[in-house]
Amino acid sequence: MSTTKKHTVDDLQAIADRIVSEAKGDEQIEVHVSRSNDTDIRVYQGELEHFVSSQSAGVSVRVIKDGKTGTSHAGTLDESALREVLAEARENATFAGFDEWAGLAEPDSVPVVPQELWDDVLAAYPTQKKVDIAMELERLAVGADKRLRIDSANYADGAGEDAFASTKGIRGSYRSNNCYASVEVLADDNGETQTGWSYALGKNPDQFDLRDAGTKAAQRATRLLGAVKPPSKRTTVVLDPMVTAQFLGIIGSTLNGESVVKGRSMFANRLGETVASPLITLIDDPTDSRAYTASEMDSDGLAARRNVLIEGGQLKMFVHSSYSARRAGTKSTGNAVGAGVGCLALQLVPGNKSQAELIAGIDEGVLIDSVQGLHSGVNPISGDFSTGASGLIIRNGQTAEPVREFTIASTLQRMLQDVLAVGNDIDWLPMRAAGLSLVISDITMSGA
Amino acid sequence: MSTVTGIGDLATEFDQGMLARVLEKGRSTGAGFSEIFIEDRRNVSASLDDGKVESVSSGRDFGAGIRVINGETTGYAHTTDLSERGLLAAAESAAAAASRGDGGKHVVNLGKATRQKVNDIVIVPSSVPKAKKIELLMVANEVARGTDGSIVQVSGRYSDATRRILVANSDGVFASDEQVRSLAVVSVVAENDEGQLLTGYDSMGYTIGFELFDDGAVEELARRAARQAVTKLKARPAPSGAMPVVIKQGSGGVLFHEACGHGLEADLVSKGASVYAGRRGDLVASPLVTLIDDGTMTREWGAIGIDDEGHASQRNVLIENGVLTDYMWDHIRSVKEGRAPSGNGRRQSYEHLPMVRMTNTFVLNGTDEPDDIVRATESGVYVAKLGGGSVNTATGDFVFGMTEAYLIENGEITEPLREGNLIGNGPQVLADIDMLGNDFAMGNPGTCGKDGQGVPVGDGQPTLRVKTMTIGGTAA
Repeated sequence: MSTTKKHTVDDLQAIADRIVSEAKGDEQIEVHVSRSNDTDIRVYQGELEHFVSSQSAGVSVRVIKDGKTGTSHAGTLDESALREVLAEARENATFAGFDEWAGLAEPDSVPVVPQELWDDVLAAYPTQKKVDIAMELERLAVGADKRLRIDSANYADGAGEDAFASTKGIRGSYRSNNCYASVEVLADDNGETQTGWSYALGKNPDQFDLRDAGTKAAQRATRLLGAVKPPSKRTTVVLDPMVTAQFLGIIGSTLNGESVVKGRSMFANRLGETVASPLITLIDDPTDSRAYTASEMDSDGLAARRNVLIEGGQLKMFVHSSYSARRAGTKSTGNAVGAGVGCLALQLVPGNKSQAELIAGIDEGVLIDSVQGLHSGVNPISGDFSTGASGLIIRNGQTAEPVREFTIASTLQRMLQDVLAVGNDIDWLPMRAAGLSLVISDITMSGA
Repeated sequence: MSTVTGIGDLATEFDQGMLARVLEKGRSTGAGFSEIFIEDRRNVSASLDDGKVESVSSGRDFGAGIRVINGETTGYAHTTDLSERGLLAAAESAAAAASRGDGGKHVVNLGKATRQKVNDIVIVPSSVPKAKKIELLMVANEVARGTDGSIVQVSGRYSDATRRILVANSDGVFASDEQVRSLAVVSVVAENDEGQLLTGYDSMGYTIGFELFDDGAVEELARRAARQAVTKLKARPAPSGAMPVVIKQGSGGVLFHEACGHGLEADLVSKGASVYAGRRGDLVASPLVTLIDDGTMTREWGAIGIDDEGHASQRNVLIENGVLTDYMWDHIRSVKEGRAPSGNGRRQSYEHLPMVRMTNTFVLNGTDEPDDIVRATESGVYVAKLGGGSVNTATGDFVFGMTEAYLIENGEITEPLREGNLIGNGPQVLADIDMLGNDFAMGNPGTCGKDGQGVPVGDGQPTLRVKTMTIGGTAA
């Protein structure tokens, strides 16, 4: 990790360094120190509904002694709390079990790919203009159609400062900020109500496309009006980019190296095998600055890096933290997330057709506009996949009537194999995965 | 009644005069209402995986949130600086955020802090050596692994949290509470002959102390989780399409949480973002259904002495014999409506604004024998364990997952099924409940998410049947 970047946070780094310097003997200590400043604004019917101003700070300490790991955190940077946190982590370590693989990350000399994580315009943005943005988004979203009314229009931003240090000599600090505006609308017709949601993103609010966000939210709500429950059958689905991004997030979790070494992955022992359609090349690349979750390092303090997980349908690798890598007898891929392992910024290599072109090639199917209940109906260990959905019927190459209150189901293993086409409409969503349109065959749709 | 020792009352640690000055500062820009919420939360957790206690963790968060309401606008600021200076600064920020010119001086008088005790804590978690907490995980691991040769992996988590809160507001509300929660969860992976991985999961959590783990409770928990995974070794794909669904006692409270609970929260109702808006006095469910939300339910996961706005928790009847009787309320919405709050104003932490939340939400007993409900069902699905769920309150469409389910054939429970979601529309499903058992039980501890905030909730119901629901499996 670089220590010469312009956006270092010296006072937090000093705290992290000081705690690490208290290590005794062969004790390993890792410290994360953070401070953040967030704004959350909500407007409703032209009035400011709430304005929340948050100042938070905290410190987390991990101590490893004799193969035993203890952690502790405090939600303050008070001097007495800092002492208490180290003492608690040490005490906690004495109660943990012996783990022969326990240990902090060793520096691996992979260079950091610098990211633009701080925006000065956002940092100096006037408060009143933030409120105005939410007000304008509300007007744009509900103004277009008499059937629309507002649920909420929001503006939010956050500025964070983080410092890291460990007894292995990895250390560094950085600051980052981000912002977004979002809107939820309700559309009413004939006693029926549908909802739509959208958002605007940018490095700073001047880059927001509020008109686009308002239009999308309005469209999502109004195009579902009159939706009916479809009959049950097997069909082809087109996943909208947002849905694909959620799907990729689940696929990413099945490629988690820690799950593999602990016998919780359906893909264990399948490296090098064909696990997906040849159209699928899945990459985790937090160094791609277009990704919403682009980052410079993982939570072990190692440089974030580009990893090709599935290439042309062939399983190439699993993602690892330094801990899971040690257990698996391999090297960290820079994917430590918190105390575990995870993908940082997934993307599929895009195909060459737009969503409309993909739909044009489908006689009978469903465009899945949104899904509900991925957390309750998908099991990334067994691969069972079942989720509530709403969307539009596809007939003779065109979208037709809206449908809702149905589920789509398959297994994760089969869905990867059943991908018929990948769209070119890559969308850098505010998630850990980018979206694009994805066509998958042989999905069970359950409705009436 | 045993006496709780080791948990101090937060109200005795802050000077009332100082609190009153902070509340006055909150109203200095013309606001009609100001509130201070102080929270001191300590937690201990430990996780076991792959036979090892991988990590033992602890944490402390201690801070205050100041809320100022001026007309339709709420200003909120929070701080970890609990000195008078720090609190006054936060109050000033909140007041500025909700500013409407100069409001002059408002004197606040706070009496003695009010308290309502809904739980007896016998063994305060901080008095228990961490080694004993770790021991629970080791036992759970051994018991789960010993259940069946097919079990290839076990993980477990122990956690306890002690949350002390104090609420004071410019209306004179001054109250405090201590909330102690203990939780254990066990997850199991089993592998069948074809190399497929199947999972089992169970949890136990109550608003009590370490006495939760008396009498081999963790062993039972581990056996249940293991049995669930083993049952699925021969599971077939769940069916797809609409059919009768029988839901076992104590497993399907989440159905009501999603099908109507959220839709009865007054903040969503007042924005017209609920299918239940404007329907008080209407028949909104089968006449068999009486739905209660009860924060006073001793020991249960959603039990609270006071809510996070300082109001005593209470038992609220939401639906009585199928008729919608009332919504759930927080401060803002109850003031607007000119009525008493219902003890449902909750927040995740001092960093969050309170809003309307459920506590323990459950359906009262009916009269059917549970066995008769299954016997009366020619074919359908029997759900023995539900997972999470979610709802779009504006449309009423909701889903919930079944993590343990069986086919019903000719009035008998037969083959186990793979996992999947069920989907339905709230008002329709409530109307379609056509049998209700007499075997009420509460279900697993839950964390309810809303607007980015999670709070602990409980749910429960007797065995019941929904005439028709859509099962999201893959089999024809």
